[in-house]
Amino acid sequence: MSNKEKHWQKTKGHMVITMCLWAFFSMVIFLFGAEINGMSFLGYPLAYYMTAQGSLLAFVIIIFWFANKQEKIDEEFGFGEKED
Amino acid sequence: MFKGGFIQNLPKIYGLYTGGFLVFILMMAIAEQAGVTAKTIGILFVAFTVAIYALIGYLSRTVQVDAYYLAGRQVPTVFNGMATAADWMSGASFVALAGGVYFGGYSYMAFLVGWTGGYVLVSTLLAPYLRKFGCYTVPDFIGTRYGGNAVRFCAVLVLVLASFTYVTAQINATGTIAARALGIPFEAGVWVGLVSILLCSMLGGMRAVTWTQVAQYIVLIVAYLIPVFWISNKIGGGVFPHLMLGDEVQRITELEGQFGLVKNSAADVKAAGVPGGLKSIAVAHAGVGAGGMAVWKYISLAICMMVGTASLPHILMRYFTTPSVKSARKSVAWSLFFIFLLYSSAPMLATLSKISLIDPNLPTGIIGKSIADVQSIEWVKQWSAQKQVFIADFNGDGILQLNEWFMRTGVVVLATPEVAGLPYVISGLVAAGGMAAAMSTADGLVLAISNALSHDVYYNMIDPKADVRKRLIVARVLLIVVGAAGAYIASMRITSILGAVAWAFDFAMSGLFFPLVLGVWWKRATREGAIAGMLSGLAAGTMYLIWVYPKFMGNPAWLGIDHLRFGLIGAPVCLIVMVVVSLMTKAPDAATQRMVDEVRVPSGKSILGRAH
Repeated sequence: MSNKEKHWQKTKGHMVITMCLWAFFSMVIFLFGAEINGMSFLGYPLAYYMTAQGSLLAFVIIIFWFANKQEKIDEEFGFGEKED
Repeated sequence: MFKGGFIQNLPKIYGLYTGGFLVFILMMAIAEQAGVTAKTIGILFVAFTVAIYALIGYLSRTVQVDAYYLAGRQVPTVFNGMATAADWMSGASFVALAGGVYFGGYSYMAFLVGWTGGYVLVSTLLAPYLRKFGCYTVPDFIGTRYGGNAVRFCAVLVLVLASFTYVTAQINATGTIAARALGIPFEAGVWVGLVSILLCSMLGGMRAVTWTQVAQYIVLIVAYLIPVFWISNKIGGGVFPHLMLGDEVQRITELEGQFGLVKNSAADVKAAGVPGGLKSIAVAHAGVGAGGMAVWKYISLAICMMVGTASLPHILMRYFTTPSVKSARKSVAWSLFFIFLLYSSAPMLATLSKISLIDPNLPTGIIGKSIADVQSIEWVKQWSAQKQVFIADFNGDGILQLNEWFMRTGVVVLATPEVAGLPYVISGLVAAGGMAAAMSTADGLVLAISNALSHDVYYNMIDPKADVRKRLIVARVLLIVVGAAGAYIASMRITSILGAVAWAFDFAMSGLFFPLVLGVWWKRATREGAIAGMLSGLAAGTMYLIWVYPKFMGNPAWLGIDHLRFGLIGAPVCLIVMVVVSLMTKAPDAATQRMVDEVRVPSGKSILGRAH
């Protein structure tokens, strides 16, 4: 496999993991909205908290993590960008 | 003080700007104490901020193609994040979101998840690759990747349809706010709004829109957060509302049990003469609906908004302006961070607004008091006169019950500062924030449409030999035409704000999501597949919308897929047709395959040059 193919393989893997995290916070937990709303976080009912704030925060963290990790993958295969 | 170029000095320039804006707010507060009328303060707020945006728009004028279309590809990561956030958060987000949460509860908050989660798709699947491509517009990518004018034209078609449904709602919102703040009729307000929008974008295209959007973000976020923090502290909700309103949410649930959540019958509401569009609280604040259908309704709405987010051209094109691929990726993260600041505050504002009104222990509470007393409160008088709030004494006992208090959704943001007893200067600030939010989104949308028409239709299809001067003149003329068309439709008042906004997402996801994603992630995707996919997805989605929307054919929704979710019909049709047709046609040639390989590598030159 060429360097480019290996890089794309790893990039795809990283994308799939990120998509799984995304699906968890955007869909999976809300499958159980009624069930988890009895639990409490910071005094808020849990499902209410997740839809009002928790999942939103999770997305912010996921994207920062995704971008940093992808930069490392690019550098590992010599595709890092020099400027800024 | 300012050494080096404009870009190096950005933090200083916007730091000074923010400081200047805060000083302006203080001056207005002093003016209010000195006896300047509320109306004058409102006018000053809107006029001053719009004048600043226009000045930025003028200073950013340009005669270069790459500056006009891509802001010269030198917008730093964090600033592009702010500009995207302003581009994203519309007048509807600013004015109607907290009200939607206030009345719609948990099931409405699927919008919050949808309008933020979509950015994960943008950053992983699209933004970095489109940046590497180096296109000027979204159809520019589709047209080059798949090759040919037919496919380019289909992409322009979807773009115009999605963006145009969105832009009328935005111009509508600028009109409403301008009309209220300046005390002029709505129809005139719409044209004032349009002129302000064009002042920001006409001379400098993307470059001007970028720098005004950063300025607008600062105004809108200050205007949203100050009331939230202030009210929370004032009513003892906690210094930091986002972490500390758990008790208030519980208290609301308790009060709902005490007062009872009654859904008024349509006949009662009509008989009492409640003005159209006003609602009473009938949905639990923090409760979750049980049952499979409730879960599906929540998740399906979130999916439509997320996939729609990742297909909206006015957002994607913001990431064409960063200096590099990696900064495009980081910039998506910053965008979402800046959006998060406002979106996570909307439910807090809804909570504060609701508890201020319904808790009898608070001096601002009105539920359970005598109706005569409530009607003599100053803000109730004012907003009743404008048909924004209404009291209907259904049981005739002279006491205000929870189901007898009606409000328009926008009132939650626009009136809560007054309800909680904040000085008027805050209401003026909120009006300026709403104006900034509506203007920045309208700017981005009008530019997305006119750029697609000028670059893709005019330059690529009609007159490829046109020189730079001619191209930029055409681009500006189209900008005015598109804006005027939007303002004209908005002035006819045929769309309610939110219906149209959700539709834009569904149109975009029906026609653009899979052609964009597969263009990067599937080398086998062919031109014929893309054309067939876009047209059939768009047609299927649109036909379903006509079939299901109550004002058109009004058939019962299939599997709960109503008019807000018609993208769930269009996008799968688009995917299936695109894959089947691609596999039936000849694989893309070697040059195209090499191009896709090149897009997947972040380093090196972009596929399309700086000027093309």
